[in-house]
Amino acid sequence: MTDANEITEMRTIAQRLRGRTLQMVHRARASHIGGCLSIADLMACLYWKILRIDPNNPEWPDRDRFILSKGHAAAMLYSTLADRGFFPIADLETYCQKGSLLTGHANWNIPGIELSTGSLGHGLPVGCGLALAAKRDGRPWKSFVLVSDGELDEGSNWEAILFAPHHKLDNLVLIVDYNKIQSFGRVDEVLNLDSLADKFRAFNWNVIELDGHDHAAILQALRTLPDVQERPTVLLAHTVKGKGVSFMEDRLMWHYKSPSDEQLQRALAEVEN
Amino acid sequence: MRTAFLKALCEQATIDDRLFLVCGDLGYSVLEPFAEQFPLRYLNAGVAEQNMTGIAAGLALAGKTVFTYSIANFPVMRCLEQIRTDVCYHNLNVKIVAVGGGLAYGSQGYTHHGVEDLAVMSALPNMVIAAPADPIEARAITSLLASYPGPAYLRLGKAGEPVLHAENTKVELGKSIEVTDGSDLTIISIGGMLGTVLQAGEELRKRGIHPRILSMPFLIPLDVTAILTAAKQTSAILTVEEHGPGGLGTAVAEVLAVHGGATTFRPLRLAKAPIKVSGSQQELRSAQALSVEGIVEAAEMLCLSPKPAAIR
Repeated sequence: MTDANEITEMRTIAQRLRGRTLQMVHRARASHIGGCLSIADLMACLYWKILRIDPNNPEWPDRDRFILSKGHAAAMLYSTLADRGFFPIADLETYCQKGSLLTGHANWNIPGIELSTGSLGHGLPVGCGLALAAKRDGRPWKSFVLVSDGELDEGSNWEAILFAPHHKLDNLVLIVDYNKIQSFGRVDEVLNLDSLADKFRAFNWNVIELDGHDHAAILQALRTLPDVQERPTVLLAHTVKGKGVSFMEDRLMWHYKSPSDEQLQRALAEVEN
Repeated sequence: MRTAFLKALCEQATIDDRLFLVCGDLGYSVLEPFAEQFPLRYLNAGVAEQNMTGIAAGLALAGKTVFTYSIANFPVMRCLEQIRTDVCYHNLNVKIVAVGGGLAYGSQGYTHHGVEDLAVMSALPNMVIAAPADPIEARAITSLLASYPGPAYLRLGKAGEPVLHAENTKVELGKSIEVTDGSDLTIISIGGMLGTVLQAGEELRKRGIHPRILSMPFLIPLDVTAILTAAKQTSAILTVEEHGPGGLGTAVAEVLAVHGGATTFRPLRLAKAPIKVSGSQQELRSAQALSVEGIVEAAEMLCLSPKPAAIR
């Protein structure tokens, strides 16, 4: 069960990850800060409380598998893995620099990263394959995939969404970063996903809707998995793009823009509060 | 050829419990023995090739050796990015099997003509590419790929292909098989054209031309040594393939150009233009000179051409 200390810890970690990621994106003049900030709370809960992983043994055969299918939020994944001890925090300074493995999209050559992503719609099918392997081999580990909402435009995801319940993959957890903004507009203007919960229910998924910034709700949902035996679970995590930095919140431009020196200082002041 | 493949796959699955077969809802009257013998290592992913290939990548990440299986272009083109990014980039143990390569589904129309697959697959990193000529090669290559760690593409014919090699023919990764020795020219074929090439060889010998005939089942790794030896020892090279530009002919031309193996050379292959009409495999091949007559004529013309002077 979650307690007040745990929630404080999650908040502290998430804000630290936000700060590090802001600095990386600023230094590299990189994009995608909005979609990094929206998943900070989910990443803190997953990597510190939920995933069965060992930073000293990234290849542990019975580890839980996590795939960041929205690979453009790699800076947040790198911050998380470094903070969790998979590689030195100092390496984060090489993000998007010449010769660095810390590429703009998630790179499997880095300890702790299961799959290179960046082209959308790849993570969930691979996650299904991993979950199926665990089922067929009778292994205890789970497969977690984090997708963006815009990514659900990809047909490959719906092939996998059809597949997972048919094969009773109750060891598969899909998390949707439902921040309502995709790369060239609002989701309801580009390709409306409403009602996403009903769509997943119609495909026989166990559906949990929650606030993707509410640590208590996230921990409670992920700790009681699987809610329903023989069904995969989807967490529709309602989030805010750019969460934590007031002038970035819910703004499309922060899918592309990199903060100026002055904007970085203002943003850091907000997340360090 | 698909029966030889499946038999070899079942044999390998008996000795290697990591072996897994995933099909895209195709394989009726072919795959059943595997499904019955190894139910926990068999999956029909449905008519969904992108998901099928992603699943194969996931299974391979978890330690499986995965064969994906479907018809002609479906396991190759529909899911090309999954092959490139999920399978090849991660150097995963996934073997893509296309049954009915070339014009095996000739009368079904262009959707079912697998005639660009070798070109497309050969652009990808880490990929081994094989197209066996007969059931003997198909069986040996299936076994070989089952224990080869990494991505591979296996282009099979369909059913009823004649056995062309002796039972004990040695098949090695990246090596061609010399079927007939000769010194006038070398005919190199990949995949199911070998039978026609052998018949053309008999006709050529009647006309006093003695071809060396190589079956080259591997486009990657390519048997560069055999190509350069042929360039040196025989007076011309003719490649024969059931494929458009970008396959064996292109690869051999590049070897000759890069290594300075100046010789008279001609690729006998399909035109790039889609075939709009119906016809049997034999009929559609023959319409583009992939026939005994076409090969004989091309070989005779090559032998009449002057050999180019070595590049100085």
